This record gives sequence, C-alpha cells and structure tokens, in this order.
Amino acid sequence: MFFGLPTQASDLQAGVRDVLRAACTPAQVRAGWTERPVDLWRSLGELGLLGLLVSEPDGMGLDDVVAVAVLQEAGYAGVPGPLVETAYVAAPLLAAAGALPRGLLQGTALVAVQRHQVVPYAAHADLVLQISDGRAHLLEDWKPDPMATVDGSRAAGRVVGTGVLLDVAPEQVELASLRGALGSAAFLLGLARRMLDMTVQYVSGRQQFGVPVGTFQAVKHPLADALVGWEFAVPAVHRAAQSLVDRDPDAGLHVAMAKALASDAAWTIGRTTLQAHGAMGYTVEYDLHLFAKRAWAMAADWGTAAEHRDTVARTLLDEERTAR
Amino acid sequence: MDLTESPAEASFRAEAREWLAQNVPQNPLPSGDTREGFEQHLQWERTLHAARWSVVSWPAAYGGRDASVWEWLAFEEEYYRAGAPQRVTQNGIFLLAPTLFAFGTPEQQDRLLPRMSAAQDLWCQGWSEPGAGSDLASLTSRAVRDEQAGGWRLSGQKTWTTRGAFCTHLFGLFRSDGESTRHHGLTYFLVPLNADGVTVRGFARLDGDEGFAEVWLDDVFVADDAVLGGVGEGWRVAMATTGSERGLTLRSPGRFTATVDRLVQLARERGADGSLRARIAQAWMDAEAYRLFTLQQVTATTNGRERQGESSLNKLFWSELDIRLHEVALDLLGPEAELDGPWSKGFLFSLSGPIYAGTNEVQRNIVGERLLGLPRAGRT
Repeated sequence: MFFGLPTQASDLQAGVRDVLRAACTPAQVRAGWTERPVDLWRSLGELGLLGLLVSEPDGMGLDDVVAVAVLQEAGYAGVPGPLVETAYVAAPLLAAAGALPRGLLQGTALVAVQRHQVVPYAAHADLVLQISDGRAHLLEDWKPDPMATVDGSRAAGRVVGTGVLLDVAPEQVELASLRGALGSAAFLLGLARRMLDMTVQYVSGRQQFGVPVGTFQAVKHPLADALVGWEFAVPAVHRAAQSLVDRDPDAGLHVAMAKALASDAAWTIGRTTLQAHGAMGYTVEYDLHLFAKRAWAMAADWGTAAEHRDTVARTLLDEERTAR
Repeated sequence: MDLTESPAEASFRAEAREWLAQNVPQNPLPSGDTREGFEQHLQWERTLHAARWSVVSWPAAYGGRDASVWEWLAFEEEYYRAGAPQRVTQNGIFLLAPTLFAFGTPEQQDRLLPRMSAAQDLWCQGWSEPGAGSDLASLTSRAVRDEQAGGWRLSGQKTWTTRGAFCTHLFGLFRSDGESTRHHGLTYFLVPLNADGVTVRGFARLDGDEGFAEVWLDDVFVADDAVLGGVGEGWRVAMATTGSERGLTLRSPGRFTATVDRLVQLARERGADGSLRARIAQAWMDAEAYRLFTLQQVTATTNGRERQGESSLNKLFWSELDIRLHEVALDLLGPEAELDGPWSKGFLFSLSGPIYAGTNEVQRNIVGERLLGLPRAGRT
C-alpha cells in the first residue's frame, strides 16, 4: 500500500511551483483579465505542461496522477486561460483522435470546451471542443459572442458553430469529461491553498486592538476549519486520479466525490479568507479577489458540488452495488 | 500510488473476516458503559485475546500478531463491518499502550502489557480534574515524595474518567514538584484503583449510562515503578499519546465507513428523497475522505514525514462527521428517532466527540497555529 503522490509527481509539482512563482505573478494573473496570456502560455508549452498526457515524443506521456499535481500548482499560481480544458481534456482526446492541432502543445492554440451554450474562455480561445451525448466535435466555423464574466480572465462567450466529429470511442469522451471535473478540482485546491496562504500572512501582520488579528479565535478558528476542508479534499482528488489511471469502474463516483469536496472547500475558503481580510479584501486592488473569483467560477463549472453529490447519491441509493 | 493489498495483507484480512463472522455475538451486547454490559464485554475481550485478535499490532510476546499498520487498519475495517462490540479496553490498549511502548522500562512493559492485552488489567485515563479540562496544565492533583517508603503519595481528584467505575487501574498526571506551574513539574503515574485511599464514584453521562467516574485519591502510596517516563516528564509523556487519542489509533476509519454503510442501508430500506439524499451522499463522501486521508497519513508516517499537529485535523474531521451522519439517520427515522436504539445512542455518543480528547476549540487553536502558522494569543 502506498497512498499519495509518487516522487515523480511531487518533484514535478515542486518544479512547476518554482517556475510559476516567477512566470505567473499576480500582475500576470491580473493582466489575463484583459488580454490573452500569450507569453505565459508559450512558457507552459516549453515546459511540456500542455502535453503531459500526450504520448512521447510529442508529449510527456505522463498520467492523471501527475496531471492533478501539476494542475494544483497552476491553480496556486492562478494561471489564466483554459489550462484544464486545453492540457487535460482536449490534448489527450484530440491526440487519441489523431487530430492534435498545430500549436496546441506549444501554447499558441488555446482550447475552450463547450458543454452548454455559454463557453468559458471562448473569447480567448483558438479552438472550441464540443462535448455532448458521448460525442466530441471540433468546431470549425465558429465565432464567439463575448459575455462579461465576474472573473475577467474567464472571458466566456456564447458559441454557435458546426464541427467535425472526432473519431474516438464514447469511453474516451466520457474520460475527457471526467478529466474536466477532476482537473478543475485539482486547480481549485491550488486556488484555495493560495487564498489560505495569503490570508495567514495578512492576519499575522495586520494589527487591531494592539495585536495581530490572527491571534483572535474568531479569526483563527474559521481558518482552521477551512484548512480541514482543504486537507480532506486533497486525498480525494489524488485517489480519483489513480482511479482514472486504473480505469476503475468506480472512477466516475470517485471523480464526483473529488469535485464535490474540492468545490465546497474552495467556496468556503473564498468566503472565509475574504472575511478574514476585512475591508482590505473587499477591493479589486488587493490580489485576493483574483483567486476567489476564479474559485467561485470553477466551483460551479464542470458540475457544481450539488450536482456531483447527486451523482454520488444515485450510485449509493439507486444502483445495485456490492459492498466496498 | 498503489492501493492494492499485498497477498499477506489480503490473507490477514480474510482470516480476520472469517473469525469475526464465526465469533461476533449474534445479538448486540448491552452497553459496555453499564455494569452488566461491561462484564459481558470483558468476556468478549477475553475471546478476542484467546484467538490473538485483541491487540493485533503488538508483538506476539504480549499477545499480538506483529501486524503492520496496514493490517491493523484492515482488521479495524473488518471489526466494525462485522458489527463487533465496542472495545471497553480501548483506553488501555490505544492510549496507554503506545506510551508504554515509547517510554516504559522493559520491566514495566513485561509486567503490564500482557495483562492489558488479556483484559486482566483494565485501564482508565486520569487527566481531567474539576478545575482542569481544556486547560489540562492547570491540574492540581499532587504527588509527594516518600523517600523512606521508596515511592510517592498521590492526592487530588480526577473526573469525567471514562468507565472509571469498572476499571482496575488508572494512568494519570500529577504535580510532583509543588513549586512548579503549568506543564512543568508533572509526572505520569500508573495507579491501581484498589490501593488504600482511592475512592471511585460512577456517574451517568448524557446517554444515561454510568460511563463516567470521579476518582478521589487521598494519600495513595505508589512505588517508584509506578512512574512512567521519568519524574517531571509527565507533560511530554502525556502529549505523546494525544496523537493516538485524536488520530487514527482510537478512531480508525473502519468505524465510520461501517456506520455510513449502515446509514445507506437504512436509506435504501426506508427511502430517502430531496435534501436527505444529498446529506447521505455527503456523509458517505466524508467517511470515505477520512479513510483516504488516513491512508495518506499512514504512508507519510511510515516514510518519516509526519506533520506536527496533524492528529488535530483527524479529530476535528471525524468528530463532526460522526455527528452529521447520525443526524441524517435520525432524520431518516423521523418520529422513531426518539426511541432508544443504536442510532439514538450513537447520536448521543457522537456529541461527546467534539469534547473529549481535547475540545475542538483547542484543536482549532492547534490547527491554526501549528499547521497554518497563525500567531498565538499573548505571544506576539
């Protein structure tokens, strides 16, 4: 028995964290609200992060466990743009279909995924992958009708277009959908951890009544509870990733659990850390909102916590199941 | 990541499952927190011991099977899945024994551990006092040196002592340096409850069972070999066991995964809709998350990467999970929830979770300060 990230994954995770600390500063996250993050995405391509799950020599030929470790770090940095969609959902699916577009692995072709009428990142994307009813299409003739989003970097748009059916099995389309939810869960863990770390630093320095406000239990205890939620979501994300690697028949259940726990943890952490900052956090000049607004959007995207709980409830209560 | 059991682990689990299937009493025993129930639980403990299932992770010489922590987790899962009785010996084998293994002399280990695993000596914990609950370091029970007799004289009052009225021995903290304050000058003592000067009075907990006791010590003599871990070292020795009490040793995930499986079964029998379905799903996910967190924790610990204060995360999580999953069950039962039964009993017991082993308020301080790195009050 061994539960947790293997050395390869934790090493890569640490490496990505170091690189993104310099390559994706809060200023760059902020810039991603108004423009396409061109340079950052080229760097992601050079690092090989867009081809994590594409087999060598084009990609790195790694697996879902490594992918969630990397996506968590990307979340910690707040990487703008459709990273989960491009690197984790689209790249392996398009590679399987033999239709990997030029530039995708280099970071010059950003992929948005359409599952509803409103498509996150459509205004910044080069390609739109449409997933519905177990089939996937790559849209050819499309144009986004941009829509303002609470997090400007989400750059959503309404998309209408027709596409080419990808030559992939329904199981692979299903896998791509599960990866969208799980990748978002991992990214949310990173966003949430960043908000917690920022907040610990803030309340340790901010003085009121002559002491750091972080010494007050009214501030400390909600943050401790927020950490508890985060800590227990992490292994759920790691297990779901391993279940995808193993093609575990319960992988869908495990992904639903991971996304539900990560969404709830990130949502709560957004609320708690904003409150702990007082009025300082209630401004767009301070960086916290860059991470909080992304977290709120991603907590709802690829299935809300409530939808995933419903999936779990159906499995537990309506299906024939043998004991664990 | 490798979540498959080795052949040895799988066969250990299978052996445990088979033995439990044949030996777990068909009808649930009366509560082990009553005098009558306690006796019946002792019989069960002796059955466990005879088949060497009472302390699987201990060395064979002390009645165990030298089981790995993975095997121990598997045993716990099978134990609770089989609906086996509560462990009335738990405070000895899960709280005192880890301390004895870490700090006891070979003589103490050889003398005490076999009797503990055989349920001959029954241990209760003597930490809390009327004036020292969350603030344990304010305790005032004292130990005075008796040089002539070669030992110590203990005086004071302990309270909220679980199953104290039925146990034979107490492990507790006493102030051995009269000049000391707070966590200095404390010593960890092992005290037979039949010694002269000991008075025990049982009293009922919230669930109505006589699960608590007050223990008065009036000039009780104990010899030098009753000191565990050195004179004046009591705080350090005691804190070494809090990890066991808050963490996975006392509250292994098998307990919660088994309860939540019964909850799902109840919901399937009675039908559940609307918000109840979501709460059942959440309870199941939480129990599962606790199991996964534990696997991660055991992996880290076996690789020497234990985090200070981590058991406080466990404690906050399992204690609140336990309440939530019982609350869902009570809502499923509706008007029948008030009837005395396993769910109502379990609910009342779950309410103690955020209180014992250090209140959750104390745990939140520990999590905030040691794991998040928040500043401590009064030490800016």
